[in-house]
Amino acid sequence: MIDLSNLNAKTNDLNTLTPENTALEIKNLDLFYGDKQALHNVSMKIPKGKVTAFIGPSGCGKSTLLRCINRMNDLVEICRVDGNIELQGINIYDKSVDVASLRRRIGMVFQRPNPFPKSIYENVVYGLRLQGINDRRTLDEACETSLRGAALWNEVKDRLHDNAFGLSGGQQQRLVIARAIAIGPEVLLLDEPTSALDPISTLTVEELITELKKKFTVVIVTHNMQQAARVSDQTAFMYMGKLIEYSDTNTLFTSPKQKQTEDYITGRYG
Amino acid sequence: MENLNLNRHISGQFNTELESVRNQVMQMGGLIEQQLIDALTAMADNDLELAREVIVKDNEVNQFETRVDQECSRIIAKRQPAASDLRLILTIMKTVTELERVGDSVAAIAKMAIENHGKKVPSLIGLENMGQIVIKMLHNSLDSFTRLDLNTAIAVHNEDKKVNRQYESILRELMTFMMEDPRSVPFVLNVLASARAIERIGDRCQNICEQVVYLVKGIDVRHATEEEINSLIE
Repeated sequence: MIDLSNLNAKTNDLNTLTPENTALEIKNLDLFYGDKQALHNVSMKIPKGKVTAFIGPSGCGKSTLLRCINRMNDLVEICRVDGNIELQGINIYDKSVDVASLRRRIGMVFQRPNPFPKSIYENVVYGLRLQGINDRRTLDEACETSLRGAALWNEVKDRLHDNAFGLSGGQQQRLVIARAIAIGPEVLLLDEPTSALDPISTLTVEELITELKKKFTVVIVTHNMQQAARVSDQTAFMYMGKLIEYSDTNTLFTSPKQKQTEDYITGRYG
Repeated sequence: MENLNLNRHISGQFNTELESVRNQVMQMGGLIEQQLIDALTAMADNDLELAREVIVKDNEVNQFETRVDQECSRIIAKRQPAASDLRLILTIMKTVTELERVGDSVAAIAKMAIENHGKKVPSLIGLENMGQIVIKMLHNSLDSFTRLDLNTAIAVHNEDKKVNRQYESILRELMTFMMEDPRSVPFVLNVLASARAIERIGDRCQNICEQVVYLVKGIDVRHATEEEINSLIE
């Protein structure tokens, strides 16, 4: 049999990721809300230092899966999770895992910017203060580095002590990203981070995501398929709680293997 | 992805746009097929009128190319097509370029027919044979595009070998003519140019078929070996 993969550019093979290159490994994950099963046997490896996008229609389980990664679903009483999510070989659902320290390693940003009713500066250093860090110089440095990392520094450097609510929606979202990266997480989870933003702010945040992957592993849930195509390195398509197709973004958007993926990304009814 | 399901988009307007652009490629293909038949007939029958007609109609072919390209760019800008829709648009854009060049070769054959009109030109069985093969190749490559027929596309792709062999044998034959009668050189060079134009049409058909393979399978076979391409036959 002739190897036709030679005919086309090599794509990232997600099955042969080495443990060093894997940020997260999800193994046979099932999730139930009461009797209703919301995730069915999801298994995937999320590579380190890349952007992974989850796409799919509303209710397909993409946000649920994202929220599993830093155990946000623990807050839902009727929620039950079976299976493993391994962060550097350790199952985050293990009883010995401290959830607060897990969330320091896996930060999250939500759909609507949610700054605290405090100054810009205090928003960014909030996580550090929680950890008991109060040294002025350390906080100043962290604030500047994080705001630069979130591409917001130049816009706010002269009004760091103004209330964060005075920022525009796009700026607030970048502030929240700065707050998330200030505590130095390994993974950043973004749940539809631009759906409440205008097109220009959206592009700024997308540009930021591309920068962020140099330091962090980024996992993003988005309703905007073009956004997934633009910012992600690999894309997972989910449908009715199942992972239908997970591959290199370039392949998924030009030659998807599954008909359901094809129908979804080309806007056909199944 | 045997069937493009063009009519299954949630946006009915998008369905219409894709259908329209695809239909235009088929119409353009039909026109060029007729042009090729006419040009070869004009050459074989020494039909001056038909040859002139072919040259005039080449303008229609050119207009098709511009129109289809414009529609494709509009679709890309407005719809951001993905997956099979994207491959369809890319295939269409490349196919119309190939077809337009086939049109240019056809016009070149017609011009040679006019230049050689009334002159004692050696009639070549090989040239007619090659013409027939190429007409069939063009027809089948357009057919494979219309029906998304991978196997036909690959069969046409393989056919080009025959054209190349015929071309080489015509070349040898024409060289003999020129050596035997140096006065025939100007006319024979015209015949040679026609043969070359026909051979190039075969290559263009091959390119169209490579696009059809890309459209159907999502695999780029432009620089693949014959063995690799044949392994895709279903």
